Amino acid sequence: MNLNTALKNQHRIYKVAALPIAAVLAFVLQTPGGLTWLEAGLIGFGLASVGEVISLPAWYSCRIAPIERTPLWRLLATHVVAAQILSLLWLGLGKLLARALSFFPSLQGIEGRFAERAAIVYGAGCVFYLLAVSFHYVALAQEATHEHEARAMQTSIQARDAELKALKAQINPHFLFNSLNSISALTSVDPVRARDMCVLLGDFLRLTLGLGEKAVVHFSEELELLQKYLAIEKIRFGDRLNMQENIQEESRSCMLPPLLLQPLVENAVKHGIASLPEGGNVRLSAERQNGRLAIVVENSWDPDAPPRRSGGLGLKNVQQRLEARYGKEASLRVNTEGELFQVSLSLPVESEEKA
Amino acid sequence: MSASPVKSWKALIVDDEELARHVIREFLQSHAEIEIAAECANGMEAVKAVAEHKPNLIFLDVQMPKLTGFDVLELIGTDVPVIFVTAYDQYAMRAFDVHAVDYLLKPIGRDRFDAAVKRAKTRLGEKMPAAAELSAAARPPQQFLERLVVKDGTKVTLIPVGKLDYAEAQDDYVALAAQGKKHLKQQTIAGLEACLNPANFVRIHRSYIVNLERVVRIEPYAKESRIAILTDGVRLPVSRAGYARLKALLDERQ
Repeated sequence: MNLNTALKNQHRIYKVAALPIAAVLAFVLQTPGGLTWLEAGLIGFGLASVGEVISLPAWYSCRIAPIERTPLWRLLATHVVAAQILSLLWLGLGKLLARALSFFPSLQGIEGRFAERAAIVYGAGCVFYLLAVSFHYVALAQEATHEHEARAMQTSIQARDAELKALKAQINPHFLFNSLNSISALTSVDPVRARDMCVLLGDFLRLTLGLGEKAVVHFSEELELLQKYLAIEKIRFGDRLNMQENIQEESRSCMLPPLLLQPLVENAVKHGIASLPEGGNVRLSAERQNGRLAIVVENSWDPDAPPRRSGGLGLKNVQQRLEARYGKEASLRVNTEGELFQVSLSLPVESEEKA
Repeated sequence: MSASPVKSWKALIVDDEELARHVIREFLQSHAEIEIAAECANGMEAVKAVAEHKPNLIFLDVQMPKLTGFDVLELIGTDVPVIFVTAYDQYAMRAFDVHAVDYLLKPIGRDRFDAAVKRAKTRLGEKMPAAAELSAAARPPQQFLERLVVKDGTKVTLIPVGKLDYAEAQDDYVALAAQGKKHLKQQTIAGLEACLNPANFVRIHRSYIVNLERVVRIEPYAKESRIAILTDGVRLPVSRAGYARLKALLDERQ
């Protein structure tokens, strides 16, 4: 918050507080035989309307002496001295007002009657100052908390952004080199398939780069990428890799962050199929229902295989990206049952306009 | 193919991908003196094939299911020259360089392949570096073993480190006690200690490493020495230095 808006806020808050302060002052000033209700009301209202003489300096003294960083003696000294000076100033203004009012014939003698109550006005000034100080300290603490929260939020957004960029730029080198080796083998065994695989790999790389540029993509686009990826791995692993797809037609138009599913399918091949001498299945299903998109990536795996180096990093990343975009609206569940490894995603359906 | 089929060399190709094996098979066609004794799609097959065919050259893929290339090397010993094959593994590549082990990178080029084969021939009779050292060097920093690989005859057993109760030094071997059985493995106890997570395993004695989870209590035995009692009642000697290490670790846990 900058100084200007802070002062404006102060002013607004004080305008609200002025009337009750005027009422309280009038109440303590009037006495039978002393100030009448009318006189007390006029002076009370007058003093309240210049109350910012006390409340605004209080705001400055709170800033100068931040409560958590100022030694207690200095804190007390600052506020006691400020309270005296400001209350005297206030009282002085009250006296001026009384003198001005005494020119009205019906209010003659008001100056003297006010002087009798000077101690009360002075005391009220001190109390008012202390109230203002405590109010400001609370406000400052709140402001600091907000600033702190905003900064924390900013940092976490930046961290996620960086992570996302890294993720988008990442094409698994292992996958790339192994694919090239497969192509190299195919050039002599089956040149036609070698060419097919070159094209597939080219498509895959182009899609990865293209999708990575966008904030959200159609599920159908992500699906195309996954299909290319699996087609390449199918050439590499041959019969060891079986693929099944169960994609509901309505789900294809849903929007989701790009390359969200790619790491999951890559995991399914890398940690699932590649860990099994006989290979296994990778099953992909998607369904749109009741405003939600449910996606399941399932694969066979060897529960006894030692965790790989990247253990769980891909999954964690997907979870963080979901959280960053959808908060608690999205969920990622991992279910391992015997030789089946299952990752289920559920996210709200995004309309294209919103994206 | 060459006109003089004098096959003086027997080679083994180990890779879980058929196409990857094919590349090596094809490149070997121009080396008439080398016969392909067998092709293996996984580590278990490789261990068996080594015993059966006694090859004098092995092309060994690093990333394979169940047993990695390093596991296979550990099980077959250091007598046969091995050319490792890998797609991309910065730690493994560094380990190969440090230990002067031949390796090929996928996609494999013919020149590199021929050079590696030529070098392997000149190295005949040279021993491979100890597998445990090599695989320890190939592990990323701060990563510890997840499981131990032991061979009894041709039977290969995988022991997850969590199942290991304790290890006892026996000359050039360590006896690994797990689930009531003991398995012998050719490794020094110091070498094993270096592979295990020091937060879970403590060297309590010159000859013993214990799984902290298994220690029930420690009793004084004689002056300066103690005995650790494990969950299954086994009693292991604890040296003075071993007790200090054990105590430090137990204090840390509390």
